[in-house]
Amino acid sequence: MSRLLQWIFGRLPIGWMQLTHKRGRFFAALSGVAFANVLVFVQLGIMNSMATATLRPYEFFNADIMISATDANALSEGGNVARQWMLQALADPDVTAGLGLFVGDVPWDRGERDITFTTFGIDPGQREFIAREIATDSALLQMQDAALLDRLARGMSRDEAAAIRPQTPLSFETKGRTLTALDTFAGGGGFGGDGFMLVSDQTFLSLFPDRSSAAPDHILLRLRPGANVEAVANNLHELITDKTLRIRSFADAAQEDLRYQQTQRPTGVIFGFGVLIGVLVGLVIVYQVLSADVADHLREYATFKAMGYGHRFFLGIVVEEALILGILGFVPGVAIGTAILTLMGKVTTLPLAMTPSMAITVFVGTVVFSALSGVIATRRLAAADPADLF
Amino acid sequence: MAGDMIVEARGMNHWFGTGEARKQALFDIDLALPRGSLTVLMGPSGSGKTTVLTLLGCLRGVQDGSVNLMGHELNGATEAELTALRRQLGFIFQSHNLHESLTARQNVMIGVQVRPGVNDDLTRRAAAHALDLVGLSDRIDYLPANLSGGQKQRVAVARALVGNPQMVLADEPTAALDRDSASDVVDLLKRLGAARGTTTLLVTHDNRILDRADRILTLEDGRIVTNTGGARGNDAKMHSRAPKI
Ligand SMILES: Nc1ncnc2c1ncn2[C@@H]1O[C@H](COP(=O)(O)OP(=O)(O)O)[C@@H](O)[C@H]1O
Ligand SMILES: [Mg+2]
Repeated sequence: MSRLLQWIFGRLPIGWMQLTHKRGRFFAALSGVAFANVLVFVQLGIMNSMATATLRPYEFFNADIMISATDANALSEGGNVARQWMLQALADPDVTAGLGLFVGDVPWDRGERDITFTTFGIDPGQREFIAREIATDSALLQMQDAALLDRLARGMSRDEAAAIRPQTPLSFETKGRTLTALDTFAGGGGFGGDGFMLVSDQTFLSLFPDRSSAAPDHILLRLRPGANVEAVANNLHELITDKTLRIRSFADAAQEDLRYQQTQRPTGVIFGFGVLIGVLVGLVIVYQVLSADVADHLREYATFKAMGYGHRFFLGIVVEEALILGILGFVPGVAIGTAILTLMGKVTTLPLAMTPSMAITVFVGTVVFSALSGVIATRRLAAADPADLF
Repeated sequence: MAGDMIVEARGMNHWFGTGEARKQALFDIDLALPRGSLTVLMGPSGSGKTTVLTLLGCLRGVQDGSVNLMGHELNGATEAELTALRRQLGFIFQSHNLHESLTARQNVMIGVQVRPGVNDDLTRRAAAHALDLVGLSDRIDYLPANLSGGQKQRVAVARALVGNPQMVLADEPTAALDRDSASDVVDLLKRLGAARGTTTLLVTHDNRILDRADRILTLEDGRIVTNTGGARGNDAKMHSRAPKI
């Protein structure tokens, strides 16, 4: 290692030798960096899974524009939208179809543990609005009280979900009615509910008797192929009488939802803070170790200064130390982070995993922040005045 | 200045502190060191020996008067110029200041690597050779913790000499050593300096060393009070003035 570093730096790897000379401190520092890495990985993993989970339900639908109430920051939040605005929208020649989307939570009492399905009510006849994987089954929803269940839902075993077929349906009681699950689709547990369920708008309204068919939660629009989505959305703002409505492309709606989850909702903000704290912990640990190391070697550094070494040489040593700590600390950090995320993913069924982009981001961040700590730590070197050595 | 003087100071004054606390440490110092000579600088504690050494060694900026070192005027020199000049000097301090995590050889290598463009293999061999000269060829790969006080100071001597400096400045290098080690270190400085034509300026209280000096300067209260040839004194040209009363 020493030889390799000597070759890389073209000088004695003083930083390496200095670090490894005090093994206890060295390993404590590496554990600290690894710990900070794990902290960041877990938080990033959760943030990533929140993004995946937030964006997932948008993938169940094919739409170009989504119209929501002004306070509807997420699919299952905020007020509803009068169906009459959909009729106004359809007056635009570029708008070819409109769909009312109902959203509500439907519990399934399973004895020891309830499952909550985030449930979408749609007109099953409008198959062009439904993602291809699901559309093949949508005809099944024409039957009253029929449902398609999320086979990745939390709290339901994979075997149990796999057994649900049109020939072998599964019925369960909820909200005073009996729903019959005729088939399944791949959804995935999120932060709001344990999984998803699709029903017809008729079934939805019978589950939620206080809801009205005249006021869905969102309105989805499909446009003529080749139409300019932004232009149409702008035009609809003019066309529709209610100026408070949020009219934006479906993709923008998904991104707005995600931004809302990450920056407005407590969970998102907490995980964002977690990343910041992880970075700070790492920074402080590396800084502490390096500045203590500089302080311990002030006389030696002053001697080097007397011999004619300049600031770049010391910067080189301390940054060398910082990079060694960052890189060697990252290795156990990424290993432990992967293990923890995998374990957490198993327990929570959230889509938690180490991704290459996460690993690369954290690696680069670790190297950059370690080097930064090193640069800050060299400020203490100003105290090493060779004239005081004699 | 005469080409055979490596350093020549004229009318050098130095002050420490500012305002009320400002205090003059050196008064009108004139001195010149011939190339290859060994000069001992003596004087009671607080008389200004270290200050003279740090000024001639480019470790402090010259405030007043003129110091010419190897043809460069130090009064007004920039930090970068002083640093560059220091690369041609060797320093030995009262404490060895060896790097605890580096072996004897690696510590000595640091003394060569300060010069740009020296290759690693050459550096390693030069360090081994320097350690051989100070009698430590069997301790090359020892860490400082495993060396005696005298051995550590000899490593420091090797580190100061390995780059073939023009001048070696040593401030009480033997103060922390026992009698035998001290005399070993001074013998080394004398012998290696003579062999390489290195100029040596040695601050010491140690009377045992005086007989090895070519020249002895004595400071008192910031003034040079005597400037004499040593036991082996020669006719080196020294510039001195009688102390002002
Ligand atoms: N860094 C400093 N700040 C203030 N005064 C100093 C400093 N260094 C030395 N002095 C003063 O300068 C005088 C000479 O000191 P010094 O050169 O260290 O003497 P010596 O080496 O002969 O013992 C002393 O009075 C000392 O107190
Ligand atoms: Mg002194």
